[in-house]
Amino acid sequence: MPETKRRNAQNNVVMETRKLTKIFGGLTAVNEFDFRTHQGEIFSLIGPNGAGKTTVFNVVTGIYRPEEGQVIFSGEDITGRKPHQIVATGIARTFQNIRLFQNMTCLENIMAGQHCRGKKGLWSSVFSTAGQRKEERHIREVAESRLRQVGLERFRDDLAKNIPYGSQRMLEIARALATEPKLLVLDEPSSGLNAGETEVLMGFLRQLIEEEQLTILLIEHDMNVVMGISDWVAVMDEGRKIAEGLPEDIYNNPRVIEAYLGSDDDTVSEES
Amino acid sequence: MEVAFEQIINGLTIGSFYALIALGYSMVYGVLKLINFAHGDFFALGSYIGYTFLVFGSAFVTTHFGLWGGMVVAMLMAAFCLAVIGVLVERAAYRPIYPAGRLPAVVSALGASIVLQNAIMVIWGPRYQAYPAKLIPNVHLQIWGINITMLQLVILAMSFLLMAILYYIIQKTVFGAAIRATALDKDTASLMGINFNKVIFFIFTLGPALGAITGVMVGMYYRQISFTMGWNYGLKAFTATILGGIGNLPGAMFGGLILGVLEMLGAAYISASWKDVFVFLILILVLIFRPTGLFGEKMAEKV
Amino acid sequence: MDAGTTTGYERFFGSRQAALFAVLGVFLVYPFLVDNYYIDIAFYFGIYALLGLSLNIVLGEVGLFDLGHAGFYAIGAYTTAILNTKLGIPILVLLPVSAIAAALFAYLVCSPIIHLRGDYLCIVTIGMGEIVRLALINNPFDLTGGPNGVYGIDFPSFGGPFVIDSSIEYYFLIWIIVAITILGLTRLQYSRIGRAWNFIREDEVAAGASGIDVRYYKLLAFVLGAALAGVAGNIYASKLMAVSPESFSFWESCMLFCIVLIGGMGSIPGILIGAAFISLFPEIFRPFAMYRMLIFGLVMILMMMFRPGGVWPRKRGTAEFSSLLSRMRKKNA
Repeated sequence: MPETKRRNAQNNVVMETRKLTKIFGGLTAVNEFDFRTHQGEIFSLIGPNGAGKTTVFNVVTGIYRPEEGQVIFSGEDITGRKPHQIVATGIARTFQNIRLFQNMTCLENIMAGQHCRGKKGLWSSVFSTAGQRKEERHIREVAESRLRQVGLERFRDDLAKNIPYGSQRMLEIARALATEPKLLVLDEPSSGLNAGETEVLMGFLRQLIEEEQLTILLIEHDMNVVMGISDWVAVMDEGRKIAEGLPEDIYNNPRVIEAYLGSDDDTVSEES
Repeated sequence: MEVAFEQIINGLTIGSFYALIALGYSMVYGVLKLINFAHGDFFALGSYIGYTFLVFGSAFVTTHFGLWGGMVVAMLMAAFCLAVIGVLVERAAYRPIYPAGRLPAVVSALGASIVLQNAIMVIWGPRYQAYPAKLIPNVHLQIWGINITMLQLVILAMSFLLMAILYYIIQKTVFGAAIRATALDKDTASLMGINFNKVIFFIFTLGPALGAITGVMVGMYYRQISFTMGWNYGLKAFTATILGGIGNLPGAMFGGLILGVLEMLGAAYISASWKDVFVFLILILVLIFRPTGLFGEKMAEKV
Repeated sequence: MDAGTTTGYERFFGSRQAALFAVLGVFLVYPFLVDNYYIDIAFYFGIYALLGLSLNIVLGEVGLFDLGHAGFYAIGAYTTAILNTKLGIPILVLLPVSAIAAALFAYLVCSPIIHLRGDYLCIVTIGMGEIVRLALINNPFDLTGGPNGVYGIDFPSFGGPFVIDSSIEYYFLIWIIVAITILGLTRLQYSRIGRAWNFIREDEVAAGASGIDVRYYKLLAFVLGAALAGVAGNIYASKLMAVSPESFSFWESCMLFCIVLIGGMGSIPGILIGAAFISLFPEIFRPFAMYRMLIFGLVMILMMMFRPGGVWPRKRGTAEFSSLLSRMRKKNA
C-alpha cells in the first residue's frame, strides 16, 4: 500500500516492534507482530477480544518478556527491560481494568508518576534536607498541575476508590502523564465511559498531541474513538496483524470485518 | 540398607501425619485464603480427646473393643468432637472477619489458636500427658530384615486409606468439585449454584476431623502429648501445604510425605538437631526455583 | 486545604499539639513515680514499640507478610552478645554494628526471595525465622551458647561514670531511641520513599508501571526494618545481660505481627498502642494466672471483629499526623 510505504520511509519512528512473539504455555498470544508508530500520531490497535492486543502492550511496557522479537523505542532496544526502567525511558501506560492506588488520594496517585523523576533517597528523606524538601515541592506542583489538567481538582484529597468511574479513568491518565512520557500507551481508555465522557476524552487526547508533542498508542473497541482521532490503525486477530492503514480503509476492510463478525455475515454493522 | 528403609518408613509415617494435617490447612487456605493457625490446635485437641477416652474408659475399651478397636473408637470420637468444634470456631472467629480482609483474619486465627491451646492447658494441665501404654498394641515385626511395628503398619495403612478416600472425594465427587471450584473462583462458583456455606461447612468438619484422627494416631505412636504440639506439627504441615502448592490438595499430601521423609533422612544422615533447618532450607530452595510450589498453582495473574 | 510549602505535612490541629505535650509529660514523669518493676514494664513496652515500628515498615507500609521478624531481632541481640562477651567491644559501639549485621543478613537472605508472592513470602519468612532460632540453639562453632544462650553482657557506657545500668536509665535510653525512630519514620512516610512503599502495597503492578523499582523498595523495607530490629536486639541484650533462643521464637514474630495489625498498619500512633497492648496486657491480667492468655486470644479475635483496621488506623486524605518540628518549621517558612 502506498500509504504504508510513505510511512515506512519516514524517520521519526517513536516505537517499533520486530517479529514480536509471546507464548504462554501452549498458547501463542502474539505471533510475529510488527508495527511502527511515528512522532505525534495517535495509533490505534484494534481487534476482537483475545486477539492479543493487551499482551502486546504488556510486552512493550515490560510486564512480559517476549519469547522472540524486539521492542525498539526511539532507536533504543528496550526488549526485556523491567517496567520501571521502561517508564524512565519515557513510556507510560494505563490499564484495561484501571489500576489505581485505591486507598490513596487522587493527588498521591498522580504523585506516583513523578516518582521516577525524583532522585532523593533514604538519607535525605530521613534528615529532611533542603534538597529533598525542594524536590517534594516540585513533585507536588507537577502532580497538582496534572490534576488540574484532567479537571479533577475537586477530588484532590479524596481516595481514588471513592471517585466516579469516568474520573478514575482520567486520574489514571494523569498519573501516566506525571511520568513525563514521550509515548502514552492507553488500554481501552474509553471503556465504561458514556458518550459525553468519551467526547471529552477524545478532545483531551488530541490536545495532548498538540500541546505536549506526545505520541499515543491506543487499544480501543469503541469505533467512534478509533475513527474519530486515530491517524493510523492496526488490526490484530489471534495474535497476528491482519491489516493496517488509515481508519477509513480499515473500517471497510473485509478481512477486518470477518475477524470481528465471522464470515457468514453479509452486512456491515456499526461497531460501538 | 535396612536402616535406610527404616528411616524412609519412619519418614513416611511422620510424613503422613503432616500430610493429613496439611490437607486441613490446604482446604481452608484454598477456599478462604486464610492460614488457619488454629488447625494445628484442632489436631492437638483431637489427640487429647482420644487420650481422655482411652484413659477414662480403659476398662470399657479393652473389654468391648479390644486394643485396635479402642483406637478406632477413640479416633471416631475425636473426629466427631472436632467436626463440631471446627464449625463453631469458624462461626465464632472467622466468619465475622471475612469482610475485613486477609490480614485481620490472620490475627483472628492466631487468637483462635491461642484460645484453643490455652483451653487445652487449662483443662488438661501444662505438663505432658501420655497415652496409656497398656492400651497401645506393642507388636514388633521384621519384614525383609526391616524392623517395623504393627502399629506403624496400621497407622501407615490407615493414613494412606484416609488420603485415598480424601483424594477420591476431592477429585471424583461433586462435593470435591464444589470445593475446588470455590477455591479457584469463589464468586463464579456461587453464581454457578454452589452453596458457599455448604462448602465452608464441609471443609470445617472434614479438615478438623482428619486432624483429630491424626492426633490420636500421633498419640498412639509417640505416646507423649503436650498442649504445644499443635504449633509444632501445624507449622510443618503448613510448610507442606506451601511445598505442594497452595490450593492443591494432592500437592499438600505429597508435600507432607516428602517433608516427613526429608526430615527423617536429614536427621539420620546430616544431624538430628539440624534436621528442621535442613527441611526449611529445602523449602526455601524449592520456592526460589518453583515459586508456586512443587506441583504448581492453577492460577496466573491477569494484568 | 493547605498544600504545604514544606515536606508535605498537612494541617496540624492545635488540640493534637496539646495532647502530645500531655503525653510527653506523662512519659517524663512516670519513672519517678513508680518502682523498678513498673519502670521495667515500660522499658519492654519501649522495646516492643521499636520492634513494632521496625516490622511496620515491611508489613504496614509495604504490605509484605513478614512472620519471621524475630529473626532480625535475634541477629541484633546475638551480635551484641557475642561480640561483647568474646571481644569486649562496648555495647554502644555495638549498637550500629548490630543494626548493620541484621541489615546485612536481611539483604542476603531476602534478595533471592523478594519476588515471591505474598503467601509464599510468608512461609519463607517463617522458615528464615525458624532457621535463625534453630541455628542459635544448635550452637555452631560454639558461639551462641546453645539453648542456654549467652550471658554476662555489659551495660552501655558513655565512658567514666556515665553508665546505663539502672531501670530508669534504660527506660530513657529506649524511649529516646523510639522517639528518634518515630521522627525518622514519619519523615519517610511523607517522602517519595514512603509513598513508593505504599504504592507497592496497594498495587505492585501499577507501581512498577508508574516507574517504581518494586524490587529495590521491597528490599529497602526489609533492610531498614531489620536494622531497627537489630537496634532493639542490642538494647534488649544489654538490659537482660543475657540472651537465649527462646526470646526469638515464631511466637514472638506472631506477636510483632499482631502489634502492627492491632495497632493499625502504617500508623505510628497505632503501633504504639499495639505495642502497649502486647506488652502490657499480660502484665495487667497477671492476677488471672492461667486464664490470661486465653483472654488475650479472645481479645485479639474481638479486636479484629470490631476494629479490623486497627485501633488507630492511618488516615489519608484529610488531616494527617504531623510532628512538632514540622509545625515549627511552618511558622518560620
